[in-house]
Amino acid sequence: MLALLVSLSIALLTVYFGESASGGLHAIQRGFLEVLAPLQEGANRALKPARDLVGWTGDVFDAKSENEDLRSENERLRRQVAALQTAERDARQLRALVGLNRSEGFPDGYDTVGARVIGRSPTVWYSAITIDKGSSAGVRVNQPVVSGAGLVGRVSDVSGGAARVTLITDHTSGVSAQIVPDGPNGLVKATVGNPADLLLDFVQKGRAVRTGATVITSGWRSSRLESLFPRGIPIGQVTRVDSDERELYQRVHLRPFADLRELDVVEVLTRKPAPVENAQVTP
Amino acid sequence: MNVTVAGVLRLLVLVLSVVVLQLAVVGQVNVFDANADLLPLVAMSIGLLAGPVTGATVGFLLGLVADMALLQTLGVTSLLLVGVGYLAGRYRELRDATHKMVPPLGGLIATLGYAAAFSLVQFLLGVESPVSPLVIREIAVSALLNGLLAIPVFTAVRAFLRADLIDDLRPRRRPVTRLRVTT
Repeated sequence: MLALLVSLSIALLTVYFGESASGGLHAIQRGFLEVLAPLQEGANRALKPARDLVGWTGDVFDAKSENEDLRSENERLRRQVAALQTAERDARQLRALVGLNRSEGFPDGYDTVGARVIGRSPTVWYSAITIDKGSSAGVRVNQPVVSGAGLVGRVSDVSGGAARVTLITDHTSGVSAQIVPDGPNGLVKATVGNPADLLLDFVQKGRAVRTGATVITSGWRSSRLESLFPRGIPIGQVTRVDSDERELYQRVHLRPFADLRELDVVEVLTRKPAPVENAQVTP
Repeated sequence: MNVTVAGVLRLLVLVLSVVVLQLAVVGQVNVFDANADLLPLVAMSIGLLAGPVTGATVGFLLGLVADMALLQTLGVTSLLLVGVGYLAGRYRELRDATHKMVPPLGGLIATLGYAAAFSLVQFLLGVESPVSPLVIREIAVSALLNGLLAIPVFTAVRAFLRADLIDDLRPRRRPVTRLRVTT
């Protein structure tokens, strides 16, 4: 019996690993999630008070030290707001000059679908959540997912009424990013086991990186390919820079803005349908 | 364990409930940046209560349902929980499993072993990012939490399956012997 179960597990692992996302096992898995998602959602809602109580107890212990940090951060942010207001006024005038009309703080060409987190992977090796919106709500694979604070991850699998979101702290995640306002680009990768520390890799040596600088998605686009993440979504703040003489690049550490351990509600950025333009027939 | 239709249904309900509870509630409660994991605890409890074959089978089902619900690689969790359930069942066969400390210590060791094996499998499958030493701290905290949760979980599983268990591993009291005073 033991041999049978072990063989079955290994067979499942091998077949699953080898097949594409449209394969039979993946389809069964999505169908199963479709059935289980309402149960998960019900349990999630019913037991939320108990979960919040445990969370609140832990938060009280952290609150004291966090208060001091927040005071100093508040002062820094106040100075930053003054500087940004000036920059924003300048930018508005410049945008008007070149005829751009962008919505504030939100990538162009995207709608949002609000979703509730109904499940979370229990192991440190899979940094993923399950949300209660799926393809029936317009959610598709590879769409970016954000919280009020910043980038959370991307949709990695979808069923009709639920979806799996791979967080930016998952070891398979990679996000092209840029430090603002200085501008060096790099790739944000996770550090397994430490969700409060992301790594901006491939930043060339010699490029000045300031601690406290903000990192956003760079949203590159070429003639054939386009980044999954639109430009301008805040990812995190630079905490320190490691520079090793033997390496070509410096490694920039950042703390994500979104609290990826305490996600209750997220938003999926779905692309707006392209506007239908009247065709003009020219003679 | 008595194998009856009602018993099998009870086990299936248990498996489904535990996975839903883990994903929707327990997995989302962070204590010292870690969370408890009911899956190895329940696999261990079934192994201790019902023996290695039932322990391994329930471990397999728990892993399968969890992997299905999380849309993650099928087979990994099943493979590891088969081991947890089987080893707990073997312990029951070879040693005295009625001691009060067996569930908490078993929960701690089962979680440590499960998490270490999970990490090993992930390394074998390929890890594409640097790994922080904090992984070890998270595994240790998770194991301690599971050690604390093991007694209520074991008690709840035993109560749920009592009708089907041949021996429910209640701690045995020593027989009271009357002393005869001879003059």
